[in-house]
Amino acid sequence: MTGAQTRVLVVDDEEIIRESLGGWLEKDGYPVASAPDGRSALERMRSERWNVVLLDLKMPGIDGLQVLEEARKLQPEAAVIMMTAYATVETAVKAMKLGATDYLVKPFDPEELTLLMQDVVAQQRLASDNAALRSELKKEQRFRDIVSKSPAMQRIFDLARVAAPSNSTILILGESGTGKEVLARAIHAESHRSAGPFMALSCAALTETLLESELFGHEKGAFTGAVARHKGKFEAAHGGTLFLDEVGDITPKLQLDLLRVLEDRRFHRVGGSELIEVDVRVIAATNRDLRRAVASGSFREDLFYRLDVIAVTLPPLRERKEDIPLLVEHFLGLLEEQMKRRLRVSHEAMAVLLAHDWPGNVRELRNVLERGAVVAQADVLGPADLGLRAAPAETPSGPSTLEEVERRHIAGVLAHSAGNVSQAARLLGIDRVTLYSKMKKYGLKRRGEDAGAPGT
Amino acid sequence: MEDIRVWWIGERHPVERALDHVRLHLEGAFGARVAVWEGMGRPEEAYDPRRKQWSSGRILSWLVRTAPDGKVLGVTDVDLFIPILTFVFGEAQVGGRAAVVSTARLAEPGLPDERIVLERLAKESVHEVGHVFGLLHCDRPGCVMGRSSSIRDVDRKRGHLCAVCRGRIPRDGREAT
Repeated sequence: MTGAQTRVLVVDDEEIIRESLGGWLEKDGYPVASAPDGRSALERMRSERWNVVLLDLKMPGIDGLQVLEEARKLQPEAAVIMMTAYATVETAVKAMKLGATDYLVKPFDPEELTLLMQDVVAQQRLASDNAALRSELKKEQRFRDIVSKSPAMQRIFDLARVAAPSNSTILILGESGTGKEVLARAIHAESHRSAGPFMALSCAALTETLLESELFGHEKGAFTGAVARHKGKFEAAHGGTLFLDEVGDITPKLQLDLLRVLEDRRFHRVGGSELIEVDVRVIAATNRDLRRAVASGSFREDLFYRLDVIAVTLPPLRERKEDIPLLVEHFLGLLEEQMKRRLRVSHEAMAVLLAHDWPGNVRELRNVLERGAVVAQADVLGPADLGLRAAPAETPSGPSTLEEVERRHIAGVLAHSAGNVSQAARLLGIDRVTLYSKMKKYGLKRRGEDAGAPGT
Repeated sequence: MEDIRVWWIGERHPVERALDHVRLHLEGAFGARVAVWEGMGRPEEAYDPRRKQWSSGRILSWLVRTAPDGKVLGVTDVDLFIPILTFVFGEAQVGGRAAVVSTARLAEPGLPDERIVLERLAKESVHEVGHVFGLLHCDRPGCVMGRSSSIRDVDRKRGHLCAVCRGRIPRDGREAT
């Protein structure tokens, strides 16, 4: 029978209508109940779930439109079909605006009622199938806050799930913006240490002295300006996880210090003699090629092997473009929550997003969408809202190397940002430190012009 | 005593061939004893002057009150309605004892072949009496218990019960409740 699982509530003040409509629907196999007025209808909607509500518009007391409004809040998935003896355009429009599924004028043509019921049942079945499918997909395509359906990322999820509960050091490799810290946080959240602290430190942003003090802390008077005892990140992360970003950038002295802590789990604060023991899981990350750094002698081999117990390489976004629609959905969902409005991208905008090369990876995508959500007038983001240029401003005379293109792109964005490095970094989807190091590498000044010889 | 009475309660003279056709189909479908019964009286109270139609619900009440014991199918030529719908081809008490069916909407104007109308009448008669035997609508293709919302629906189905619906009817039709 058609409607074995479709529960119908008939709401009408006329008994003869309730009986004749209920009887007709029961012969179709629908479980039917009825309510003689708005108040009892709402009571039944508070206590039981209904798939379809056939609701009379004109009733004494609470009228149909009021019941409809309340019903949409109580049971938004239920299809509400309004019934009335006299159809007026105004009431029909009002009912549809309030979320009614359809509108029938009494008495109904039997075929009209049959087709409408079949339609509603089919739609509800589709919606529930979709919801089931979506939650199933979500489960498989997620690792905490990371979404992906690419096979490479799925392998990373599997590895991370296995590695999370262990205490092993994990090394996360990948370009800037691929989500190294997001993965580290996810691993922490999945681990037995999730109740403990998660501390993050970027090793590239600090001088050797400052970094040493940030890592291990210092005693009062250890150096000029050390006016009080300071706890380092290792101590602060006790019982939890310490995420060391840009670990490839640390100096040889600190490489040795770090190696010792990883081996002994013990260290001294700078200027201190007390030996401090900590229980910390270290997750390190870098966008550098550490093997090459080891080969060239700039990174200690023993530290490399100490860090490289479990290595995970996050692929750049351009190598997993199939994830772009999924990521767009994910980030728009977060933005919808933040901005309390509905957000979608148009087909054209999605085409632009899919065509873009994403040098700043997932972070750049997130920033582009955030910008789009702020700039867009409507709920649908168009290509213009994204602020992505299809082609570089200056056309090179011949083929360019990747470095040339990157240099030109960064110079363009710096010029566009009028020297605001933070803004330029946001637009590029990379962090400020990375931008500074790239500016240094390409010899660019704040406004994008040449700084003369690279490295000055 | 018959299991099912077929009672002409229409306005015009009965078409005996039609009633006989209905009788044969009911016998075939339900394996029951069926008789054409000529009772007196018509359900005048079922007429609704505002809608200029007959209330099928009121006809059913009248049949239960007026017909002798056993199941009864009223056959009429007047236009039937239930309050929420513009018309019905017929109506029945599910698991009860009375059903009614009308030829009013089965014969489209200008339809030349009376046999088509007879087939439709037989199908709708079996359908409504099926409800009296406790059957609900059936989605299996061709089953006569498929819902009848339009003439197309009626013409699409065959005159028989599907195996599943037939299995739900007590074998000799006499013990059905």
